[in-house]
Amino acid sequence: MYYEPVIGLEVHIQLNTDTKIFCSCSTLFGAVPNSQVCPVCLGMPGSLPVLNRKVMEYAVRLSLATGCKINNTSILARKNYFYPDLPKSYQISQFEEPFAEHGELVVKIEGQPSRRIGITRIHMEEDAGKSLHAESFVGKDESLVDVNRCGVPLLEVVSDPDFRTPQEAYEYLVHLRQIVVYLGICDGNMEEGSLRCDANVSLRPIGTTTLGTKTELKNMNSFRAVEKALEYEIHRQEMILENGGVIEQQTLLWDANRNVAESMRTKEYSHDYRYFPDPDLAPISMTAGDIEQVRANIPELPEAKRERFMRQFSLPEYDAQVLTESPKVAEYFEQTALRVKDKKAASNWIMGNLLRSLKERNEHLHQLKLTPAFLAELLTLIEQGTISGSSAKEVFEECLDSGKSPTLIVEEKGLLQISDLDAIEQIVSSIIEKNPRDVQDYLNGNEKVLGFFIGQIMRATQGKANPKLVNSILRKKLALLSK
Amino acid sequence: MSVTLEQVDVIARLSKLEFNQEEKSKFVEQFNQILQYMEKLNELDTEPIEPTYNVLDISNVTRPDELKPWLSQDEALQNAPRTKHGFFSVPKVIG
Repeated sequence: MYYEPVIGLEVHIQLNTDTKIFCSCSTLFGAVPNSQVCPVCLGMPGSLPVLNRKVMEYAVRLSLATGCKINNTSILARKNYFYPDLPKSYQISQFEEPFAEHGELVVKIEGQPSRRIGITRIHMEEDAGKSLHAESFVGKDESLVDVNRCGVPLLEVVSDPDFRTPQEAYEYLVHLRQIVVYLGICDGNMEEGSLRCDANVSLRPIGTTTLGTKTELKNMNSFRAVEKALEYEIHRQEMILENGGVIEQQTLLWDANRNVAESMRTKEYSHDYRYFPDPDLAPISMTAGDIEQVRANIPELPEAKRERFMRQFSLPEYDAQVLTESPKVAEYFEQTALRVKDKKAASNWIMGNLLRSLKERNEHLHQLKLTPAFLAELLTLIEQGTISGSSAKEVFEECLDSGKSPTLIVEEKGLLQISDLDAIEQIVSSIIEKNPRDVQDYLNGNEKVLGFFIGQIMRATQGKANPKLVNSILRKKLALLSK
Repeated sequence: MSVTLEQVDVIARLSKLEFNQEEKSKFVEQFNQILQYMEKLNELDTEPIEPTYNVLDISNVTRPDELKPWLSQDEALQNAPRTKHGFFSVPKVIG
């Protein structure tokens, strides 16, 4: 029998606010343990949580960007469970009346029709702390707890069970990450766990609509790991069903080192969260006016930007796609392109030399000494024939290093392209005189020698001769000899 | 609806509390009394009434996203029975 996977994802998006969701402690990553805490996030009796206004605004942004309907009233609830990284013994989250519902994201995979993935709900909640079990300094009978992350704001995005392949799940995650980075609500940093994803998966015979028993996959620390874990689990369930077995509903932990998912043995009753409205927190109400105010400030999203780049700068789809992957690169391109005639050249330089140099130098775009204005200046120098392509590369590198203007670098290094007809003719003539045998070769019909001559000429001018002029003068002179 | 001994067991387990048989039996009785009392509310028709999520008629109690001084690590840990390297040390939770 053939089976069809049914996959749903739960993504936790860590918001990049300065303070926590219910108290004014810092959310900065990487601080020494238990140094960014207060009575509220430590769960001290008598402390009172107060909602961070920015979390509401960010929740509106994400809801609008994913086409969700924002509920007029939503409430914060206590999700009760006992674990040492949760000092209050409950997590403030949302259960009934979540912040927003019924949205969608469209996932595109090359060569396949677009897929619409429904979004069940978006709700806000607080993160839990971190517990250490395996580190060398942790004793045999203890676990160590750091409460710094307690109360860091999260938005949880729950998808409908609409994915049919692990690849779709992967593409959705990439797309969602891109959106939250564009919205400026999350730094998108995977190493620091700014996006975390759990997956639910079940199988059913193709052509049927009843859902099979699902398992939950946790502990994937990259989008690729989500894809791999899903592939693994689909295969595992398939084997069981093929052999007439039954799928047991359980939670599996992905082990990225061994590429296996293993059952997390949880105690009975652990999933009885006993949600109830948190009496310490007032309901959240959202008027149409509040929502419109946020909508007006939503930045252009990746898809819209991609289409605009194709339209406004006549870029091929591939270029627009690469340039809009990150909002910073897109901004850099736009600032450059607006200053030059040849938009495609700007795209080529940024997609090629610039992105490569960033990677090699391990630098960030905003730290670059080569500003969009400088890159535009460089491109204009090429356009006007002031410098040759090979000199341009040299100016580019120098500008990255020193931050001097391209015009200044060209002057200092004497890279002005030789476009002086007389000067080039003289050099061409001397090269022809020095290589009579190659000239004869050419006259006998060996066109390849032309490359040799051009190489010689460029070397004699340290790459500064205008290649177009060199080419035409060389051909003219050789043609004269053949008569 | 009435509470059974098994349900009291579950609630005790979820609350990480331990009781002897005598206490549990007493809880069965008390829980049932409480529920019976609450049953009275079911006599009212609450169909057209919005649930009361909060007894105060307020919403959107918020604060700006601005840092305020918080505790030092020493202060945070001062009431903890056991600490290590700036962490809270608790009985091992997973094997």
